Amino acid sequence: MLKKRIIPCLDIKDGQTVKGVNFVNLTHAGDPVELAKKYEDQGADELVFLDITATVEERKTFVELVKKIARELSIPFTVGGGISAVEDVRKLLNAGADKISINSSAVKNPDLIQELSEEFGKQCIVVAIDTRRVQGKDRVHIKGGREATEWETLAWAKKVEELGAGELLLTSMDADGTKAGFDLRITKLIAETVNIPVIASGGAGTKEDFEAVFAQTKATGALAASIFHFGEVAIPELKQFLNQQNIAVRM
Amino acid sequence: MIAIIKYNAGNVESVQNALFRLGVESKVTDDFEEIRNAEKVIFPGVGEASSAMRYLRDAGLKQLIPTLRQPVLGICLGQQLMCRNLEEGHAEGLGIFDIDVKLFPSDDIVPHMGWNNLKNLKGPLMEGVSEDENVYFVHSYYCENSKYSVAACGYILDFAAALQKENFFATQFHPEKSGKTGTKILENFLKVQGIK
Repeated sequence: MLKKRIIPCLDIKDGQTVKGVNFVNLTHAGDPVELAKKYEDQGADELVFLDITATVEERKTFVELVKKIARELSIPFTVGGGISAVEDVRKLLNAGADKISINSSAVKNPDLIQELSEEFGKQCIVVAIDTRRVQGKDRVHIKGGREATEWETLAWAKKVEELGAGELLLTSMDADGTKAGFDLRITKLIAETVNIPVIASGGAGTKEDFEAVFAQTKATGALAASIFHFGEVAIPELKQFLNQQNIAVRM
Repeated sequence: MIAIIKYNAGNVESVQNALFRLGVESKVTDDFEEIRNAEKVIFPGVGEASSAMRYLRDAGLKQLIPTLRQPVLGICLGQQLMCRNLEEGHAEGLGIFDIDVKLFPSDDIVPHMGWNNLKNLKGPLMEGVSEDENVYFVHSYYCENSKYSVAACGYILDFAAALQKENFFATQFHPEKSGKTGTKILENFLKVQGIK
């Protein structure tokens, strides 16, 4: 049986993990490679690294980091953040990333999805969708959720699937940071409509939140950052719990 | 030396990284002589079937690979290309395994992406691997189960997760991305002997 995936997300700036990491037994809490290895050992199924820097110089640092991560990890990982061209993707995949994720650039230029999918294969093209409820409608947001677009979320999800996305990373801006649980409504709606894998993101606070998203929606993965970094939810306990609740996870 | 066959497919470096972690040297190459003389050959890949076959034909590797006597391991698209007919791009494979490669019916999410457990384990490649262990898959096409299957997996239907015929081994999943279980399978491959 296909297992539900638990996916920690690491935000990277200047080659270091940011947003605070509070792990015990880490010599350098900010070192993404060390943290990634730690998560792999704890049973993370996949990892996501988001480059939250913008300058060209810092971008080079990120590519070098991806190479280091690829040498160390024996589980798949996705990289994203500021990717807008075929050449960016080639560099990151050649550096050893398994998948790349695009967001704002896909909204600005939807043809990019098709271009990337044809060039590199759809399995490595993740489209990240940031959604927020505005006047009773689900709207796609870009630029880290700051800017609303004309796209309604469901229509956009269908469109990106048709253009060749291999997977969706769906973040509810309404739930993000609340630790009140994943946004089950939008996750259910999107995951039931598209026929590609959907990763739920935003709002995880407890083990029960993961159970809810897997039991009540067709999401095949769930992503979280701070609750893992601060040890509020530990991956081994989380997986043990999900297993007891009859959610299929890799033990 | 372990030769990793280079063609226009992605993920070749991941295999090299995995071998590096095992302390084994390898070389990514599409050179006919280098591949023919290598101690072992790994044929990885993620990509599109018909363009991959075109590359192999142009490099003279379409003829070479089926005649190799040393252990050969196909991974993912590599496994599919070692079969007979591929539904993807109506490509004709290398025909080492006389089975066909088909697109998953769209009864569930395609691609089959993520960790899934193996069953019906056989042979040296799966030595020490148990049926509750999971490996990482990413694929939309699958190889039918047959007498060559040394591992099966269930997703939408039962399909071949690993194959073997004499010195030819193949996995649909990515051992280089499958944590400890994948590492064990790669180590098993590194131990097998070719045929004289």
